[in-house]
Amino acid sequence: MMTHKALKTGGMGEWLLADTPDSAFQAWAGRAYLGLMAFMKNRLAVLGLLIIAILIIIAVLAPVIAPYDPVETNIGNRLQPLSFTHYFGTDEMGRDIFSRIVWGSRLTLYVIGLVAIIAAPVGILVGTVAGYFGGIIDTMLMRITDIFLAFPKLILALAFVSALGPGIENAIIAISITSWPPYARIARAETITIRNSDFIKAVKLQGASALRIIAGHIMPLCLPSLIIRVTLDMAGIILTAAGLGFLGLGAQPPSPEWGAMTSSGRTYIIDHWWLITMPGTAIFIVSLAFNLLGDGLREVLDPRSDN
Amino acid sequence: MIAVENLNVFFGHGQTRNHAVKDVGFTVEKGESFGLVGESGSGKSTVLNCISGLLTHWKGRIEIDGVRLMQTRNMAFCRKVQMVFQDPYGSLHPRHTIDRTLKEPVKIHRLGDANNRVARVLDDVGLGAKFRFRFPHQLSGGQRQRVAVARALILDPEIILLDEPTSALDVSIQAEVLNLLQDIRREKNLTYILVSHDLAVVSHMCNRLLVMNRGKTVETITRNQLKSGAISEKYTTQLLVAGKGYDRTAIDQFQDFR
Repeated sequence: MMTHKALKTGGMGEWLLADTPDSAFQAWAGRAYLGLMAFMKNRLAVLGLLIIAILIIIAVLAPVIAPYDPVETNIGNRLQPLSFTHYFGTDEMGRDIFSRIVWGSRLTLYVIGLVAIIAAPVGILVGTVAGYFGGIIDTMLMRITDIFLAFPKLILALAFVSALGPGIENAIIAISITSWPPYARIARAETITIRNSDFIKAVKLQGASALRIIAGHIMPLCLPSLIIRVTLDMAGIILTAAGLGFLGLGAQPPSPEWGAMTSSGRTYIIDHWWLITMPGTAIFIVSLAFNLLGDGLREVLDPRSDN
Repeated sequence: MIAVENLNVFFGHGQTRNHAVKDVGFTVEKGESFGLVGESGSGKSTVLNCISGLLTHWKGRIEIDGVRLMQTRNMAFCRKVQMVFQDPYGSLHPRHTIDRTLKEPVKIHRLGDANNRVARVLDDVGLGAKFRFRFPHQLSGGQRQRVAVARALILDPEIILLDEPTSALDVSIQAEVLNLLQDIRREKNLTYILVSHDLAVVSHMCNRLLVMNRGKTVETITRNQLKSGAISEKYTTQLLVAGKGYDRTAIDQFQDFR
């Protein structure tokens, strides 16, 4: 007899929720499906994911969506208010703000993507190695981490950018350098609770190398809390990038970076509010979306809410 | 096959130093099932961890097949000696399927033919192919412990160290797992060292056993001695009484042996 649920989802649902999977892939897919179902129950998290998906689509289709060139100036058309020809008005150089925000989404994604790709692996590697080996290795790695943690994030980023020279690539490097230490701490704390469990002892007795144990057995268990933390940090990364842009140390004009746009708009805030409001709202919405997504992921991925 | 002599283990330093195992020694023949019995904190599991190599700061002499073991162990040792842990809920990786857990040792030792080995060993422990791609949380305690036994068997070891393999299981499941372990030992001519606080389990499984108290050897007795009650040491008698269940008058007469 087919249950109501199986009927509704068809053969696919039955395959996914099979009690006795026939392959490792099916077992994995079933698990992912259950996680997805749990995630879908959190409305706000789905909203966050939706906003991020829209951001990605906008970034990919920027040339199609943006009605004007984001960097072409037209002084005769400067500081135009919101209208059907310029949805978000124009800025002090006569550039269409809507087009600049659309193109700016690429820069935002570029920054958070690269920071996540650089900082998260460094953090998890340092943390798991320190936690697994303990002793002198742990002390050395964690003191280095402490040194990085002791600096205020934005100030250290400022120092790096000043040393390396302003520009979006250097801003990314600076933000990455300042954002890996918390990930290392989380990964180390998780590793210490895992390393003495029986399943690690068992694989040790089977002769597994430290590399195999760390990469194959410890890292997968550290990953969920790390993913949650990185997602929640995304908002902070966007704000730091915007802050560097605002101070003129991130993306350089005329590139349409949201932080730099708010910076150049601030002199016109009284008479021409849209110059600063539009990019500011974009930063706010995307940061909020990442926070909502992070909260939703915490509910799905947190190992303590398992079974 | 296994010989332990003058084994000493200390935990901690200075004031808090704890002499956990004091001059323990015993020998185990090939194909024998040897029991280590004692209360919590008697050092029985510590002895097992010294043999397995999980503990490295022991002093004394441990030999297997006449070869003296050093503190660190090599790959050949891993193939010869395997271990089953007490808690089946903690001894399997929660994010690995049974298949992956069982294939891991095959991959480590590059034995090849992983699929057939996994199928064979699952069959050996009485779990069918349908359990193969499940995650540990989809199994019961007894089934998990069978997987743990299968993992120990997949490298075709000669010695299996059993650390309270049934104390975390229901009484009805305990018997099943113990019988399984007995059958496997006979079939594959394995040597067991079984650690337990339960004399009933040990007398079911082992022909000889060592009683330990506070890190010291109390005595080595045979199963027949245990059954006939021909025991010389008072401590063993007391342990035997304690194992029969709660009895107020008996417990009031208990002494603290040091």
